[in-house]
Amino acid sequence: MTVVAASGRVFHRNWLVYKRLWHRSLAFGFLQPLLFLTAMGVGLGALISARQQASAFGGVPYIDWLGPGLLAAMAMQTATFESTYPIMNKIMWGRNYEAMLSTPLEIRSIVRGELAWVGFRIGSLAAVFLVVLTVFGIPRTPLAVLAVPVAMLVGVAFSACLMAFTATQRNDVGFSAVFRFVVNPLFLFSGTFFPLSQLPPQLQVVAWATPLFHGVELIRGLILGQLNPLAAPFHLAYLVAMLVIGVLLADRYLTRRMAS
Amino acid sequence: MPPDSEPLVFARGLTKRFGDFTAVDSVDFDVLPGRAFGFLGPNGAGKTSTMRMIACSSPVTSGELRVIGMDPRTQAREIKARLGVVPQIDNLDTELTVRENLEMYARYFDIPGDVARRRADELLEFVQLDERAKDQVEPLSGGMKRRLTIARSLINEPELVILDEPTTGLDPQARHLLWERLYQLKRRGATLIITTHYMDEAEQLCDRLVVMDKAKIVAEGSPRELIDQHSTREVLELRVTDAVRDHLNGRLDGLADRIEELPDRLLLYTADGEQTLDQVHKREIPVDSALVRRSTLEDVFLRLTGRTLIE
Repeated sequence: MTVVAASGRVFHRNWLVYKRLWHRSLAFGFLQPLLFLTAMGVGLGALISARQQASAFGGVPYIDWLGPGLLAAMAMQTATFESTYPIMNKIMWGRNYEAMLSTPLEIRSIVRGELAWVGFRIGSLAAVFLVVLTVFGIPRTPLAVLAVPVAMLVGVAFSACLMAFTATQRNDVGFSAVFRFVVNPLFLFSGTFFPLSQLPPQLQVVAWATPLFHGVELIRGLILGQLNPLAAPFHLAYLVAMLVIGVLLADRYLTRRMAS
Repeated sequence: MPPDSEPLVFARGLTKRFGDFTAVDSVDFDVLPGRAFGFLGPNGAGKTSTMRMIACSSPVTSGELRVIGMDPRTQAREIKARLGVVPQIDNLDTELTVRENLEMYARYFDIPGDVARRRADELLEFVQLDERAKDQVEPLSGGMKRRLTIARSLINEPELVILDEPTTGLDPQARHLLWERLYQLKRRGATLIITTHYMDEAEQLCDRLVVMDKAKIVAEGSPRELIDQHSTREVLELRVTDAVRDHLNGRLDGLADRIEELPDRLLLYTADGEQTLDQVHKREIPVDSALVRRSTLEDVFLRLTGRTLIE
């Protein structure tokens, strides 16, 4: 059995569980962007003047500027959730990986299968998100569909790193720290809600070094048809590097964990 | 498959250390094909660590180990493909149904879907869970979950099945049902490795066993041989009051081959328990209650280690 086939088995197992409640998951997938865009975009956006929209938000209404950022943030948040408690459960509480590792499945197949699954989940949620954005008339170009694979990349890059982190944890105490001190600051300060140019220059440098910012830039650029061709390869390379490093760490830490 | 004479598991100087702690200390054993081989010992004796090394889920620290003629260090996948594992703590997939647990597990072994379905049918029938096939795992009783885990371990038609404390925590009825299934499995020619701290389980199921204590093997043989070698035919169990016990002053001397004093009773090891009891009465030792029974593996363990199995 190749690693790809073996990873497919891990994916298939998740599908068996998911297929009973996929409609619920996708319904939430619709609801969340709908609520956010209505509250933040229509409610808050109405207070932002046309002049500000032209200068700070690249000449588009605030809701149009915000929507793609939220899509990127959704990818990060979903990946974080999916790679903490459910993975911990499969390591410790439900012992799924112990059972899988009694078969010819190997750690790397587990890691890749779980990542493929997170990628699929985020891909489906991103597609739903894009439909909602389209309802709001936000995408400017058909290239906006490329936001879905980019959201998947953001998701798996985060997921791989968090899976590695989860494999080192003995209980779930560390997860709330991750949500509070990693996910929330990234959510707020990655150019999701306001342009980074609002921040002092030192903080702008920090934001540039963090991952969600690159996802936000790519996805917004694709949806609004404003992709910066010079910066895009750099954003993409950042996310791919994060994914590769995350996978290597996840392989290593999960191997160590399951052998102990 | 190796020839019949070659052991399915071959261990020499097998050792497992966790930092400074030695869980398994240079043990030697052979498991021959078609046998039910037992590891008997109290909790913490090193049984589970030994099992985990055989199952290729825990690396060998030192020594030699071959499983189905292969080296766990380099051929873990090949070995796992031919093993069945029943872990000490159930690790069924609680998000799947009973049937899905078997079919999905089969897929992990790369068994084609139609074969997986057929085997799942057969195995559900074998462990008497065919009526629960569509149910979720969680509402099943402990005994049913254990049976499902055993069915799952057989999905790849393994040459060797490893069962780590298969009946711990089950009620007597569930235990007997499980033993009966394992006995059926043995009759079909499967090779079983069973760890247990229940001597009755070891006596019921194992053709050959090793007694482990404090990371070492302290005796090896068939249950009968172990009892013959390390104990007398019968045991007289006496319960006396503390006052009597404090003033025995050697009044039991010469009545038995060996006397063990447990907190709640005295064990007199002797060839003929009734005769020994007569002599106890003749010496006018006041006895609260007396019981004559055959020697068991529990007595062997007590003899070898000075301790009881379940403390």
